[in-house]
Amino acid sequence: MTGAARYIGYLFILPYLIFLGLFLAFPLGFAVWMSFYDYFFAAPSAQVERPFLGLGNYSELLLKDDTFHTALGNILVFIAVNVPLTVVLALVLAAALNAKLPGQAFFRTSYYLPYVTASVAVVAVWGYLFFSDGLVNLVLGGLAPHPSWLVNEFWAMIVIAMLVTWKQLGYYVLLYLAALQNVPRQLYEAADVDGAGTLGKFWNVTVPGLRPVTLLVVILSTIIGANLFTEPYLLTNGGGPVDQTLSPILYMYQVGIEQADAGYAAAIGVTMSVIVLGIAAAQRFVLERE
Amino acid sequence: MTAGKTLTPAGRRRTLGRVVGFLVLCFGAFLFVFPFYYMVVGALQAEPDSGISGAFPSPGDLSLTNFQSINERVPLFRALFNSVVYTGGVILGTLIIGVLAGYALSQLRWRGRSLVLNLVLLTLIIPFQLLMIPMYVLIVRGWGLGDSYLGMILPFLVNSTAVFIFRQFFMQLPEDMLDAARIDGAGELRILARIVLPLSRPAILTAALITFIGPWNEFLWPFLVTKKAELQPLAVALANYISAVAASTANPFGAILSGAVVLALPPVVLFIIFQRYFVESETSASLKE
Repeated sequence: MTGAARYIGYLFILPYLIFLGLFLAFPLGFAVWMSFYDYFFAAPSAQVERPFLGLGNYSELLLKDDTFHTALGNILVFIAVNVPLTVVLALVLAAALNAKLPGQAFFRTSYYLPYVTASVAVVAVWGYLFFSDGLVNLVLGGLAPHPSWLVNEFWAMIVIAMLVTWKQLGYYVLLYLAALQNVPRQLYEAADVDGAGTLGKFWNVTVPGLRPVTLLVVILSTIIGANLFTEPYLLTNGGGPVDQTLSPILYMYQVGIEQADAGYAAAIGVTMSVIVLGIAAAQRFVLERE
Repeated sequence: MTAGKTLTPAGRRRTLGRVVGFLVLCFGAFLFVFPFYYMVVGALQAEPDSGISGAFPSPGDLSLTNFQSINERVPLFRALFNSVVYTGGVILGTLIIGVLAGYALSQLRWRGRSLVLNLVLLTLIIPFQLLMIPMYVLIVRGWGLGDSYLGMILPFLVNSTAVFIFRQFFMQLPEDMLDAARIDGAGELRILARIVLPLSRPAILTAALITFIGPWNEFLWPFLVTKKAELQPLAVALANYISAVAASTANPFGAILSGAVVLALPPVVLFIIFQRYFVESETSASLKE
C-alpha cells in the first residue's frame, strides 16, 4: 500500500463524519448545554443575557410543572395501550402469515401499507372515521361514546394509541416473520411428538423462540411512542381535550418554538431521553432475565 | 382437503388451525386496507357522506371536484414540487455520503474503522426529537436557513441506515476483482465509480426507496423550517390546511381526503412495485443490530 492509499479511507468516511458531527453530535451536546441556561430567542441583532441556571430548568420541570406531569401521564397511557397491542397483534399476524396460507403476498403487502404512508395522510382519514358523525360512530350507534372519541377525555389518547399501532404494525409483523424462519424446526417436531396442538405449539415454541425480537419490538415501539407529535398535534387539535393527548414532545414544541423558551424545552428533551433510555434498559432487563 | 376422507383428531385440529389463521389474516387485511379505500372514496365524493352508504357510493356520484378545491386552498402543484425537491435533495446527498462511507467501512482498511462502525450503529438509537430544539436554533436561528430547501435537507443527510445498506452490499463483492483493479493501478475512487457502482444497482435502489419515505412523509422538521407557504412540502401544507379548517368549515373532509390521497399515493405505489427491495433490507438491517 502506498502512502496515499493508507489515508484514502479517511477521505471516504469524512463527509459522513462531518454531517454526523454537525447534525448529531453538536446538537446533542448543545441540547445538554442549553438546558442549564435560561436560553431564549431574541431578535437576531440583539445582545441578550442568557443567565446560567444550573439545574433550575430541571427542578422546575420535575417538581413544579403540572403540564409536563400531565404530558408524562398521557404518554404512559399511550405506551400502556400501544406496546402490548403491538406485540400481541404483530405476533399473531406473523404466525398466521407464516402458516403459508393462500394470499400470503397480498396480506403481507396490506399490513405494510400504513407504514409507508405519511402520518398526515393517515390522520386525515382517521379524523374522518372518528369524528362525531363519522362512520365508526354510525356503525356503533348507541354504543358510541359521548362525547365522541377525539373530544372525549378518556378515549382520545386511546384512539391515538390505536392509530399509531395500526400505522407501525406492518413493520413489526415483518420483523417477527423474518425471525420465525429461524425458530428451529426440530422444536415443532418434538412438540408434535408430544401431541401439542396448533395453539400449544404457538404458546410453547413460537412465543419463547421469538423472545429476542419481542424485546426489540417492545423497545422500538416505546421509543417511537415517546416521540409522539404529529397525531396529537393534528388529530386532537394540539393535545386536546383539556391536554389529555398532550405528549411531552408536543409540549416541548409549544414551549421551545411557540414560547421561544429553548433552554427549558431542551431540558424537556434531555429528560425524555433519559426516561426513555431508562425504560428501554428496564424492559431489556425484565425480558432477558428468564 | 378431499371430501369424505377421514381425518385423525390431530389432522382435524391442524385444518381448524389453518381456517382460523386464514380468518385472522382476512380480518387483519380488512382493518388495514379499508381506511385506504375509505380515503379514496371520500376524496371522490363532492360532499363526503360519512354514513354507511357513503362507503359504497354509486359510480355516478364520484367526481374530481375535491382535487380542484384542495388545489385552490393549498397550492397543490407548488407543494408537490417542494416535496420533490426536498426528497430528491435528501436522496441525492444520502446516496453520495452513504456510498462513500459504506465503501470506506467495507473495502478500505484504516485505523479506527471498527470504532466508526459502532458509531454508525449508535446513531440509530438517537431520536430526532431530542435534537429538534438545538437543530432549530442552529439551522434556522444560527445559519438563517429558515424557509430554504437546504435547511430542510441538511439534518436528513446523516442516514446511518443507508450507510449500513451499502456496507453490507459492498462486503459481498468479490475481493479478487477489486484487487486486480488495484494491481492495475486504479485509484479507489475510480474502482468505486467504474466497477463497484455498476454492480450495486439493487443496493442503490433499496437505499433510495427507503430514504424516499423519510422526507416525503416527514412533517415536524419541514414544518419548523418553513413559514412561507411557497416553500412548504405537501405534508406540511396539508397539515396546515387541516389545522386551519378543522374548526371553521362545515364539511372539510372532501378537500382534506383528496390532499391525503395525493400525499399517500407516491410511497404506496413505489412500495407495491418495489416491495422486495423495501422489505428485505428493512428487516435484515434491524435484526443485525
